[in-house]
Amino acid sequence: MSILVNKNTKLLVQGITGRDGSFHTGKMKAYGTNIVAGVSPGKGGQFVHDIPVFNTVEDAVKATGANTSIIMVPAPLAGDAILEAGDTAGIELVICISEGVPTLDMVKANAYLNKKGVKLIGANCPGLITPNEALVGILPANIFKKGNIGLMSRSGTLTYLMVSILTNSGFGQSTCVGIGGDPVAGLYYQELLQMFQDDPETEAIVLIGEIGGDAEERAAQYIKEHITKPVVAFIAGQTAPPGKRMGHAGAIISSGSGTAEEKIAAFEAVGVPVARRPVEIPDLLKKLMNK
Amino acid sequence: MKIHEYQAKEIFSRYSIPVTNEVLCYTVEEVVKATRKLGLPVVVKAQVLAGGRGKAGGVKLAKTIEAATEAATNILGMDIKGYKVEKVLVAEGVKFNAEFYVGLTIDRNSKSVIFMASKEGGVEIEEVAKDNPEAILKFIVDPDLGMTAFLARKIAFSLFDDFSLVKQGADLFQKLYKIFIETDASLVEINPLVKTEGGKILALDGKMNFDDNAMYRQRDIELLNEPTEEEKKELKAKESGLTYIRLDGTIGCMVNGAGLAMATMDIIKYYGGNPANFLDIGGSSNPQKVIDAMNLLLSDKNVKVIMINIFGGITRCDDVARGLVTALDQMKVDIPIVIRLSGTNAEEGLRIIAEKNLPTVNSLSEAAQEAIRLCKDCNK
Repeated sequence: MSILVNKNTKLLVQGITGRDGSFHTGKMKAYGTNIVAGVSPGKGGQFVHDIPVFNTVEDAVKATGANTSIIMVPAPLAGDAILEAGDTAGIELVICISEGVPTLDMVKANAYLNKKGVKLIGANCPGLITPNEALVGILPANIFKKGNIGLMSRSGTLTYLMVSILTNSGFGQSTCVGIGGDPVAGLYYQELLQMFQDDPETEAIVLIGEIGGDAEERAAQYIKEHITKPVVAFIAGQTAPPGKRMGHAGAIISSGSGTAEEKIAAFEAVGVPVARRPVEIPDLLKKLMNK
Repeated sequence: MKIHEYQAKEIFSRYSIPVTNEVLCYTVEEVVKATRKLGLPVVVKAQVLAGGRGKAGGVKLAKTIEAATEAATNILGMDIKGYKVEKVLVAEGVKFNAEFYVGLTIDRNSKSVIFMASKEGGVEIEEVAKDNPEAILKFIVDPDLGMTAFLARKIAFSLFDDFSLVKQGADLFQKLYKIFIETDASLVEINPLVKTEGGKILALDGKMNFDDNAMYRQRDIELLNEPTEEEKKELKAKESGLTYIRLDGTIGCMVNGAGLAMATMDIIKYYGGNPANFLDIGGSSNPQKVIDAMNLLLSDKNVKVIMINIFGGITRCDDVARGLVTALDQMKVDIPIVIRLSGTNAEEGLRIIAEKNLPTVNSLSEAAQEAIRLCKDCNK
């Protein structure tokens, strides 16, 4: 079951006929995700991996009852794609993989989906996976194992490294959510912390943050006030120089704030241990979970 | 992306935001000519893409032609935080009796544009944020409504007592918001916004930063970009699909993924080494990318060892290994290379690497430690 995506997810893929869209649709389908439709304006009537393609999200939902959309379209088109999905009755969750979406597009998309009560994840994220149930994104399925650790992360391959370490240490995952590397994004730490707190399958939480903004600091406060399950963190970017965008649009230390040191301090101040190297995470979890 | 004060004020002018009369000058002669044209007094202001120009002596009020000449002579060619002053803005001196700060930026937490206003104008806003945060008023702008007249008035009433100023201010704030939205800015600041002795509101300074993700649809703004040599290198790397930031260490890094690249730099530091760069080669096992990345690392004379850390997810490690081997076959690399592969088909990838007698390691920690060990002239 876990959070956000599971066996009941009926997924549609916006951008299904593109190179990334069709490649990852094949991967998700092979994993067992229930992909019911694809959307690509002008390509309605075609099939990709035997999945029917529609011209609009509305057509797709009317025909198939899709309730979740994953967006893999070029960045200039992504904002509009999110709005279209959010505007379509029946869609409850939208995941935007695209990297390079203008911030003001995300401001608009986030506000609209909020108004409609539709959840958004990303942009610039790898998606999410509930092992053995649904893969909604581009995460490599083979490293995941069903278990009781909930993960949330701003990064891609660093998350995969963490997951490998966890799986190899015997810690499986309930759901792993990539929230993306952009400054303005959908679901973030606080919402996911609460979801994992309320999820009976999750027993502990791993949070992977990085420099830029103060979301980690706010998450620390939220954990202190609302979260009783064990949380362990890792913050990337201790060696990042100020003022430089470290790959991710949101990974930038501005005017001296958003440093890794501040985030680590904020977590440690509320009793959330912070690993200094990825490989330390399992031991930190063991210590907390044995209490 | 950043632009100069004079460019920001040109944009302000286009939107009818009042700015001072001013002339851009590249030489002392031009400064003198501009001073004669504008009339005394003038302010001579360094135009560099760094803050703290005033503190560095790059902004001088001149009450005579001689003073303007002296200011120009001193300021042109001055180094401010690593930037050489190549041009100055000569602005007419304006008598004012109040200074304010106004700015627009993106607020991550409310996921919206935020308008900041303060009566503490003319000083570094970061100082105010630290010492007197209550002096900075923040107003979230609803993305649907935008900067309505009533919100603009509300902000203006918080800053000004005189209703004439409230009206002028409100009008200016709406225009500023329009600029922010229409140019895909990430920051728009006027510090100070002044009240002249004649009772007019005027932007004495202007600053604008832009959203790099949006520059594809802001070509006119993009043309204003003045990258440093370093930034030019970074932009060129971007064209090859690489994200590169040079640091000052000796261990060159090549990683797939920004978060993993940061974590790799961190772990080198953890073991006492010094990363030479951030380099995200992204997904794909294309040998050309590896060649481009290697060339980039080798062009930095400080690099003594190269550490490659690849996590194969969708991108398979054996494909990456073949790409690496192909690249290395085509290049002459004199310095040691440490390779760490993990994830999909890692064993297969490591076997391919081993066949070429290249060293491999079993963990990220080992990789970092090995790189540091191999680094001959490293300063720990």
